[in-house]
Amino acid sequence: MTDLSKRLTEGVAASDGEGAVLAGVPHSAAMGMRLISAEGGEAILMLPYSDELVGDITTGVLGGGAITALLDTCCGASVFACKTKDILSTATLDLRIDYMRPATPGKDVYAHAECYRITRSVAFVRALAWTEGRDRPVATASAAFIVDRKREAGG
Amino acid sequence: MTEPGARSELLDSLSASIPYIRFLGLIFERRGDEITALMPYKPDLIGNALLPALHGGATGAFLEITAVMQLVSDTALKDMAAAGGKQPENYAPVMPRPIDITFDYLRSGKSLDTYARAIVQRRGRRVANVRIEAWQEERSKLIATAHGNFLLTSDRS
Repeated sequence: MTDLSKRLTEGVAASDGEGAVLAGVPHSAAMGMRLISAEGGEAILMLPYSDELVGDITTGVLGGGAITALLDTCCGASVFACKTKDILSTATLDLRIDYMRPATPGKDVYAHAECYRITRSVAFVRALAWTEGRDRPVATASAAFIVDRKREAGG
Repeated sequence: MTEPGARSELLDSLSASIPYIRFLGLIFERRGDEITALMPYKPDLIGNALLPALHGGATGAFLEITAVMQLVSDTALKDMAAAGGKQPENYAPVMPRPIDITFDYLRSGKSLDTYARAIVQRRGRRVANVRIEAWQEERSKLIATAHGNFLLTSDRS
């Protein structure tokens, strides 16, 4: 496990499924999100299907907002996963989500985010969420984050 | 903020029946045709425990659901007027679904109650364009805004 994975999942004893619970992020932990990997500016998260997060009881499809929260978390994790070690915190500036198809009821939702450009202050990220396979996306996201770094000596 | 008459039976029954709305703990009130949504603070909504700050995903979901509830409420009021002022029995309006949404995060959300209202900028036959605003202590200090398109019809393929 990388340093980042440890930081985001600290306090979790043993995982009872795929990945580790995001204990460092209370809302994500409450939703049951799990961190699968975070390295080299990329992150993969999984949101286990849960009756609690259903937005349409006639179909059992998860609420669109649950996908939003998953993608936002995944995008943020990919920024932390950038090779630069001095990132203290990030905050979402903006996030655009395109909802392509409903998440398949009963299936876990996966998300993959890639931080493709990071400057001193800003990180640019794109992400994808899917249930049936990456070629059948549930949603895509594009986001910008403000990055707070450790202050340099004399800077 | 709850006053008699501000609660709507339709919105109450919808929010009680949708698990994700219960999970977030959202409350909706209607005055005239305007919905005000409330997301009471709870620790489960926090994204950054050090600041602390609300999770951008929780705020985003709140904005999205506020738009959906405003659109459903508008549909219901229209259907009621068409039915002679009464809500038809076992009334189940089509739930609008987001096509795309852009969220702008203006300030970090504090560990306080959050409010939101949606402005329907255009409602067509199939698509509605909505702008949503969220704030905490002061209406003029928005913590987040969003704008998006919602599909109003049930067919999607």
